[in-house]
Amino acid sequence: MIDAAVNEMAVRAALADVPDPEIPFVSVVDLGMVERVDVRGGRIRVELLPTFVGCPAIDVIRGAVADRLGQFGQPVDVDVTYRVPWTSDRITESGREKLRRSGFAPPTADGTTHCPYCGSANVAMDNLFGPTQCRSLFYCRACRQPFEQFKAV
Amino acid sequence: MTPAAASELLPATRNALSLLLLSLADDEFVIGFSDSEWTGIAPMLEEDVALSSLAQDELGHAQAFYRLLADIVADGRDADGIAYDRPPEGYYHARLLDHPRGDWASTIVRRYLYETADAVRLEALASSSWTPLAELVGKIRREERYHLMHVGAWFERLASTPGEPRARLLDALKRMGPDAGTVLAELPTELALEMAGIATSGSADLEARWRAGLAPVFTRLDLPPLPATADPAHARTAHSDAFRRLHADFTAVRQIDAGATW
Repeated sequence: MIDAAVNEMAVRAALADVPDPEIPFVSVVDLGMVERVDVRGGRIRVELLPTFVGCPAIDVIRGAVADRLGQFGQPVDVDVTYRVPWTSDRITESGREKLRRSGFAPPTADGTTHCPYCGSANVAMDNLFGPTQCRSLFYCRACRQPFEQFKAV
Repeated sequence: MTPAAASELLPATRNALSLLLLSLADDEFVIGFSDSEWTGIAPMLEEDVALSSLAQDELGHAQAFYRLLADIVADGRDADGIAYDRPPEGYYHARLLDHPRGDWASTIVRRYLYETADAVRLEALASSSWTPLAELVGKIRREERYHLMHVGAWFERLASTPGEPRARLLDALKRMGPDAGTVLAELPTELALEMAGIATSGSADLEARWRAGLAPVFTRLDLPPLPATADPAHARTAHSDAFRRLHADFTAVRQIDAGATW
């Protein structure tokens, strides 16, 4: 593959195929986990922001990113950094829509929660903490479905 | 501007920074492991999930601090090596965390006293001159906010429920109160940390800020004021038998099979 074909845009497009291991419907790009992409001197360097400091999925994600970018035929460095803190407002609009369709309420800055199934705001928080570090547990009183919301951080 | 790379730090600064990172890492490691002791036996399912998630957060923070420490000491040990390959006397966590898990009220009191003090400490470190620490702390604080919300609600709930809940809370406060201030007790390397701008506030300032924040809560809940810190010179040394038992527990797998992977 010639060098000219490898540029930041191509790398970011490829990263849009790398799924979150827990919610495969959303990608690391949807979640806003990709910070810097640097293609220079025959190397690809990508900076990933972990959603939570102790996220046990980060090594899996790192490996998946390296695998996916391997197709460009250049050495790949995947760094995990806190230089920029991941915040929940980094989740893209399409990422939010995909989360809703997977049954997760996206985080909101104003603290409101709507049921991802029926849209009702008549919901109760069952637990600030959930099955993974980044999610809280809710119950929708309107459609009687339990659901999870991404924590606003 | 202090250089970010560990190798560029002056030896005295590097020693001081190592001790600070060790205190932060060991605090989060010990409280995280203690939280995990509730997995499967918490008084209700929601709290089983909550304490397990809290444990995961705290152990994740500990791992990140141990990684920074491993870069600085650069003696070949990785984060796991530092976390597990020390005798109990080698740990540098605050004495508050030496108390055994105890009952639910003890866990809530210990978490409440720890999280409120930790929040004050992290706020100051967020503007540390050592960039890797300031960046990590900035990220950690966003998570600790949830810990404070959780434990604050439980603390208020137990304190304002007459009978056994309040009696158990008062008993736990009596046992742990004198050790509460150990989280913010002065490190022997404080001067070097302040001179390098790694710590932006002295421990006395931090402790005063923390006590001033707690005082109105204690007054409102009609709780006795927190006593002064007992034996602050040994705030992070001379650990308890309860900690030695905890240490035997959390090092067990490592001692059976040092290279074990999941």
